[in-house]
Amino acid sequence: MRQETDTARTLRLRLPGLTGHRPGQHVDVRLTAPDGYTAVRSYSVASALPGDELELTVEELSDGEVSPYLVHQVAAGDQLEVRGPVGGWFVWNPADPAPVQLIAGGSGVVPLMAMIRSHAAGATDGAPGFAAPFRLLYSVRSPASAYYGAELDDLARSPLLTVTCVYTREAPAGSGTRPRRLDAPTLLDAIPPVSDTPAFFVCGATAFVETVADWLVQAGYPADRIKTERYGGTGITP
Amino acid sequence: MGIVSPGFFGRRRRDDPALPPGQYLTESFPVLSAGPTPRITPQEWEFTITTETGQVHRWNWEQFLALKQDDVTHDIHCVTSWSKLGTSWRGVSIDTLFESVESDAEFTMAHSYGGYTTNVPLDDLLGGKAWIAHQFDGEDLEPAHGGPARLLVPHLYFWKSAKWVRGLELLQQDEPGFWESNGYHMYGDPWQEQRYW
Repeated sequence: MRQETDTARTLRLRLPGLTGHRPGQHVDVRLTAPDGYTAVRSYSVASALPGDELELTVEELSDGEVSPYLVHQVAAGDQLEVRGPVGGWFVWNPADPAPVQLIAGGSGVVPLMAMIRSHAAGATDGAPGFAAPFRLLYSVRSPASAYYGAELDDLARSPLLTVTCVYTREAPAGSGTRPRRLDAPTLLDAIPPVSDTPAFFVCGATAFVETVADWLVQAGYPADRIKTERYGGTGITP
Repeated sequence: MGIVSPGFFGRRRRDDPALPPGQYLTESFPVLSAGPTPRITPQEWEFTITTETGQVHRWNWEQFLALKQDDVTHDIHCVTSWSKLGTSWRGVSIDTLFESVESDAEFTMAHSYGGYTTNVPLDDLLGGKAWIAHQFDGEDLEPAHGGPARLLVPHLYFWKSAKWVRGLELLQQDEPGFWESNGYHMYGDPWQEQRYW
């Protein structure tokens, strides 16, 4: 287990019989209370590990039921009931030679990190996707609430990964930039042109994903190359 | 009983009998979609039922609104574990749409603007169990929630209630739709917890 931020923790699980997983998939975690009450939540896989292990990064939600337990209470060696990994849609496929543009809002970076890690780990593999450039546009409240900071800095030293962060509440000290929300011009500036036919993966809170996907479609990117995953069951204005 | 987590108590259910296993209550209305939201105007919207013999029944927006409208209230259950109780919809019963349709098919594929598909047995759409809904809580259905119109099949997980629906295709044999081809259950009964294959 690793603390990612003040409110997020990464858990490594061993799933007997698991033989790897696809980048972008999720698992369902079911907790059972001593009286038999159960609750199920879906969490994206953050890792790109071979074999029978995977990692989840869980953000504690203020009104959460399962996430506070996973962030604060579960301990190394505990057993959890896990279903998956599942999902075949919001998944990066290394056979696709297209350049990839990942767009994350907050904890939406988790499944995109699995794609980045998979891409970096497979660089010597022959599949064309591993030679395609990856870009991450990461909209996050502050440097302190960003996940995977040091690892992303390290991975971005590769010519095949470019990371752009947009800080919405608090910019890095001494950076000379002001915090601001992502807007359409900033987005379009940070991504490849339509002619590069990038494959998009957009993940974050519903309002963020809706807005970003609309901007992309309005800018002429084909809707069928934009895959989305919306986070957040509660606390989101419908 | 599964693996017990001694320190876990969870939020107790307010309406035990109404919540399928593993579900929790939400007051909001989250969105689950696989891509950008299609923007379809009522002027360009049409709905078709295509039978197994290739016969096409067609309604434009005006014709659709001229059909008998039902106001219904149902609980809805999303596979991502949220449930919303007592949601209010206005729409046209699938029974009404099928009054003039001749078919022996047992299965359907719902087709949506934007390319989404999902499979539902015909029996699950007839007998007052499903609607083409165009209003939610007395307001026109927003694009993010499937407007101008969505399929509403409240007794199955909500991915079966295809947003931006544009037609039903009658099939002799069951076939997987979009999420069903991506790891989700062919039928999707929340009370049996049929989330995945």
